[in-house]
Amino acid sequence: MIDSQQMQSLAARMSETEVKGRSPWADARRRFRRNKAAMVSLCVLALVALFAIFGNTLAVWSNEEMDFNVIGQAAQLGAPSLENGHYFGTDDLGRDLFSRTVQGTQVSLMVGLIGAAIAVIVGTLYGATAGYVGGRTDAIMMRTVDILLAIPYMFVLILLLVVFGRSLSMLFLGIGLISWLEMSRIVRGQTLSLKNREFIEAARATGVPAWKIILRHIVPNLLGVVAVYATLLVPLMILSESFISFLGLGVQEPLTSWGALISEGAGTMNYGTLWQLAFPLFFFCITLFAFFFVGDGLRDALDPKDR
Amino acid sequence: MFGFILRRLAVAIPTLLLLIVLSFLLMYAAPGGPFTQERALPPQVLANLNAKYGLDDPLWRQIVNYVWGIVAHFDFGPSFIYPDRSVNQIIAAGFPITLTYGGIAFVVAVAVGVSLGVTAAIRQNTWLDYCAVGLSIGAQVLPNFVMAPILVLVFTLWLGWLPGGGWGGPIFWIMPVIALSTSFMASIARITRSSMLEVLSSNHIRTARAKGLPERAVILRHALKPAMLPVISYLGPAFVTMITGSVVVDMYFSTGGIGRSFVDSALNRDYAVMMGITILVGALTILFSLVVDLLYAWIDPKIRY
Repeated sequence: MIDSQQMQSLAARMSETEVKGRSPWADARRRFRRNKAAMVSLCVLALVALFAIFGNTLAVWSNEEMDFNVIGQAAQLGAPSLENGHYFGTDDLGRDLFSRTVQGTQVSLMVGLIGAAIAVIVGTLYGATAGYVGGRTDAIMMRTVDILLAIPYMFVLILLLVVFGRSLSMLFLGIGLISWLEMSRIVRGQTLSLKNREFIEAARATGVPAWKIILRHIVPNLLGVVAVYATLLVPLMILSESFISFLGLGVQEPLTSWGALISEGAGTMNYGTLWQLAFPLFFFCITLFAFFFVGDGLRDALDPKDR
Repeated sequence: MFGFILRRLAVAIPTLLLLIVLSFLLMYAAPGGPFTQERALPPQVLANLNAKYGLDDPLWRQIVNYVWGIVAHFDFGPSFIYPDRSVNQIIAAGFPITLTYGGIAFVVAVAVGVSLGVTAAIRQNTWLDYCAVGLSIGAQVLPNFVMAPILVLVFTLWLGWLPGGGWGGPIFWIMPVIALSTSFMASIARITRSSMLEVLSSNHIRTARAKGLPERAVILRHALKPAMLPVISYLGPAFVTMITGSVVVDMYFSTGGIGRSFVDSALNRDYAVMMGITILVGALTILFSLVVDLLYAWIDPKIRY
């Protein structure tokens, strides 16, 4: 005698387990979790982000206040201490370095993330369009990218900042303008190999318009490459911004960034105020390290060659 | 090959013209003229100044004059801030210095980076390999503007061995060269290592070993050349980043190269100097990427043009 109800539940269970197969994404997630360096880096990034978001609630001093007890004697009295609330010491003007570092972290991370976001959006759409449309359009679009890549962008960026005034939005715009070039090349290469696959052919046969094929069928399949490259792009954007701020051409006071803080610290280290260099440099280095490791980990996790 | 050079030039020359016109338009669009000062000049003086520098001509005429000056006479025009100095003089004063330490840094980065990478690949998974890999990962987060203060801190303030800045004999070259070359050395070492590892596991190396060639000859004669291809294609972007890095070196070590003039002119809004240096760097970049492509074509027999 067969208990029909039991059989039904068994069948349901079996079909359910069959449905719960391992998707490529789950595979990738598993591989990523096994990569210790990448997981540690992810934790570091989370901590840096928490520092940027909630650091100000821990700070005793604001980033603009000057501690009049310290002014003029930063080398003697401005050292890091828990008693007077300057956890990271003060800068040369007696401003609290802890809250300045929090602010610098916010600005630098924002520049990195926005720069990478612009690169992802513009670069992906541009590259996917060029690759999918192909022919003369592709040739013209990619030749334009070649020409733009040959321009010494840091010099042009500084030129832009000087001509149109040094503001945060100009910095975002300037960094975003150049960051998508490399991305569009990578995306185009991927698109070329995707566009002759059967599912694209099927979509075309059923009469899906080109823009819809690009957005619905090509872009989602590029996600892995784009994610890896975007993660590796964030530290490069941070580096560019820090470079410009180090030269004193980036964000303006009272705003600050890692590059500006490193520059300040480097300028005053002759007077024995080493902490002014050490704290911003520490955050700068661990963040870049972490982004590079997470990017490498993502690449290893998503790389189909490795399977 | 000749056709290839021609085709590359066909892209390079419009790029350069575009760069010149673009930077000129940028300058033109800038709010405030070069003679806008806190104390406004009398209109008659301003008109005379504008006439002297040709700023009252129509836009297209200014562009044509500017481009023609550069192309025909290699003349970038006068500086707007220092009336007695032309852009050419400012560049001529700084450029040899930039070229000296930049050239040395480039050679050092390539030589040390390649030998480090090759050694790491040959001795894969030994302590030497781990050191090289660790170094190259570490140097990724040590760009020139981080290296420069650290070097000064260690070698000038703590040890007192090297002068903290200035320009003179070879002793002044050491820190700029190290600061500029470290991150490239690391990248080149990493690229060399991974491509060397790939080449060493390929068939033609197995054949070379099987016919009894000494390991030295296998590496130097058969493995090194194909392993250099990714390194060569990295040299183009590396050159650009290095020239950009020279700005930091000039600022931090007071070496007096064109980077200093560039930042000074950026702070003074001396557009003529900024444009001159930007165009010069752009021309160098384009020239260098042409050389890199030729080198690539020469080394890789698979590429046919």
